[in-house]
Amino acid sequence: MDLQSYLLLSATLFIIGVVGVIARRNAIIVFMSIELMLNSVNLSLVAFSAFLGDVTGQMLVFFAMTVAAAEAAVGLAIIIALFRNKQTINLEDINILKW
Amino acid sequence: MHQRDMWFKNEPRSVIHSRLIRPSTTSSRLSVTLETLLFYFFGTISVGSALMMVTRRSPVIAALYLILNFFALGGLYLSLHAQFIAFIQILVYAGAIMVLFLFVIMLLNLGDEKKLAEKISYKKIIGAGLSFGVLMELIYVLAFSTASLPPSQFEKATEIGTVENIGMQLFTTFLFPFEVTSILLLSAIVGAVILAKKKLR
Repeated sequence: MDLQSYLLLSATLFIIGVVGVIARRNAIIVFMSIELMLNSVNLSLVAFSAFLGDVTGQMLVFFAMTVAAAEAAVGLAIIIALFRNKQTINLEDINILKW
Repeated sequence: MHQRDMWFKNEPRSVIHSRLIRPSTTSSRLSVTLETLLFYFFGTISVGSALMMVTRRSPVIAALYLILNFFALGGLYLSLHAQFIAFIQILVYAGAIMVLFLFVIMLLNLGDEKKLAEKISYKKIIGAGLSFGVLMELIYVLAFSTASLPPSQFEKATEIGTVENIGMQLFTTFLFPFEVTSILLLSAIVGAVILAKKKLR
C-alpha cells in the first residue's frame, strides 16, 4: 500500500464532509461533518508520519484531537444555547447575524 | 555469525540460502497483502459510513454512522502502525465526543428532518458540484505526483507509533504545546459552562 492511496481516501472523506457542511441544514449534522473533515486530515497526517518515518505527524494528530474535543464541547454548548433561544437548530431559521 | 555457519555446516549451500532468505520474503509479501486488504476493507467502511452519515435524516442514525466511521479510521491507524493514535481515536472520539453528541441530540429531542430531496436548491447543487470539482483536482494532483514524494520509510513506522515513543516526544520536544493544550481545555470547559448556562448574570 502506498502513500497516495491513503491520501486519496483522506481527500474523499474530506470532500464528503464538505458536502455535508454545504448541503445539510441541521446544525448537529453540520457539526458532525466538521468532525469528519478533521478526521480525514488526521488520517493523512498519520499516513505521512508512517511513510516518512517521522513522529511529528502523530503528535499533530494528538493535538488536533485535543482541539476537536474542546471544539465539540463549546460547539454543542452553542447549539444548546441556540435551541433554548430559538427552539430550532435549522440553520435556515437562524439568521440574526444576517443582513 | 560464526554460530550460524556452524549450524548449517553439513547442508548444501542452496538449502542454507533458501532457509535464510525465504522467511523474510514470505513474511513481507504476506504483510503487504494483508495491509492492502485491511486498507480496502476499512477504506470502504469509512467512505460508506461517511456517505450514510451525510445523507441520513435522523441525527441519531447519522451519529451512529459517524461512530462506525471513527472505528474504521481507528483500524486504518492500526494498519499504519500508529497504535497510540488508534486507541486514542476509539477512546476520545468514539467514546467521549460521540457520546456528547448523542447526549445533546437526545437532550434536544429533535425530530427527523424533512426529506432531503424536497429541500434541494440551486445553491446546494452548485456547492456540491464545486466540492466534486475540488475532489477531482485533489485526485489528479495526488495520483500524478509520485515523483515529488520522498522515499517510503514504512519499515521504521513500527517503532514510531508506540506509546513509549509518543510519550517521550510529548514530554521533551512537544512539552510546550502539551502545556498550552491544558489552557485550551480549561478555557473550553469554562466556555461550555458559560454558554450552556440558563441565565447569564
